[in-house]
Amino acid sequence: MENLINIFVKSIFVENMIFAYFLGMCSYLAVSKTVKTSVGLGFAVIFVLGITVPINYLIENYFLQDGALAWISPELADVNLGFLRFILFIAVIASMVQLVEMIVEKFSPTLYANLGIFLPLIAVNCAILGGSLFMAERDYNTIAEASSYGLGSGVGWFLAIVGIAAIREKIKYSNVPEPLKGLGITFIITGLMGIAFMGFMGIEL
Amino acid sequence: MSEMKEPLFSRKNMRLLKEPINKNNPITVQVLGICSALAITVKLEPSVVMALSVVFVMGFSNLITSLLRNTIPSRIRIIVQLVIIASLVIIVDQVLKAYLYDVSKQLSVFVGLIITNCIIMGRLEAFALSNKPWPSLLDGLGNAAGYGAILVIVGFLRELFGSGTIWGYQVIPDGLFRIGYENNGLFILPPMALIIVGIIIWIQRSRNRELIEEN
Repeated sequence: MENLINIFVKSIFVENMIFAYFLGMCSYLAVSKTVKTSVGLGFAVIFVLGITVPINYLIENYFLQDGALAWISPELADVNLGFLRFILFIAVIASMVQLVEMIVEKFSPTLYANLGIFLPLIAVNCAILGGSLFMAERDYNTIAEASSYGLGSGVGWFLAIVGIAAIREKIKYSNVPEPLKGLGITFIITGLMGIAFMGFMGIEL
Repeated sequence: MSEMKEPLFSRKNMRLLKEPINKNNPITVQVLGICSALAITVKLEPSVVMALSVVFVMGFSNLITSLLRNTIPSRIRIIVQLVIIASLVIIVDQVLKAYLYDVSKQLSVFVGLIITNCIIMGRLEAFALSNKPWPSLLDGLGNAAGYGAILVIVGFLRELFGSGTIWGYQVIPDGLFRIGYENNGLFILPPMALIIVGIIIWIQRSRNRELIEEN
């Protein structure tokens, strides 16, 4: 249990998707103009990450890894389907995103309208695929560890986007040098937030 | 049949190639494809390898999508595009693993993340689906070059100031270190990449004022 909480906290603060790996920057920069839409997108990302990472964990461990097919028959023990990883992961993600899109459209049409094009684009949000690929690379031992990693990264992404959205709402009223307005200052603020988040480095529960 | 007469490198086509490098740069102007860009720019070598991989994937995915544009049903086009991109990325990944194993280890998951690089999907949607193969290929190459240019600049600056080397060779003389020069460790850390890109945007926009945003 302690291990799970450790992975969770670590993936939120130390290995934050945005500040440490720059994953999901496209939608992070484009949707972070108001807090409300960014909260919506943040929840969608938590949800999709929380589902796809465990599913891809199962696929990785029972299909893709070297010798993973041994559970079907011993003859298949030396088959390595690792090269199919990208295509299978992205297929799972695309179908999950479709599902989330249908749910959001049904239960919250305003959020659906606000998120607009960015909901289907979660499918190509690097944070989602990145979560699955990091999971595969780090070789988590149980599905519980993988899920807590997925959820944690989602929460980290959520915190980052809500934080930057709040700052951007305020920054509209400040006196930013002309050429830095909009995109430039957002980059620099993200960098500064990243430096602040580095203060969490080395946290271990 | 009038298009047949258009020369391959007509001015219109060259514009497709050149514009994304500066005026319509994917990273600093269109804000696409930052995801996989910045984490690998600590050193120059992985940045160049990454830029070349993206040029390859983007040129060919634009070309293939454009060739198939009349046969892809618009309902399932996202999946078709993802499959095209993913297959190309698998090729890149396997080639890197075979011939440049060290760099491939450094890039780790970021080769796979080319699939979800928004700039590739964005160009497929915005350009390749509605244009002929040759202009699409040029558009893809141009955008990838604009993307790669930023990557190489950032990689160059970070390696120079962060480790005092370029492409692994030491360029800052030992004498400087002896009189008290030190590498700036901040440049190796991830946040610095964001700040460098912010500064590049600042310089670009103050030279080209029509790019300045309203809010």
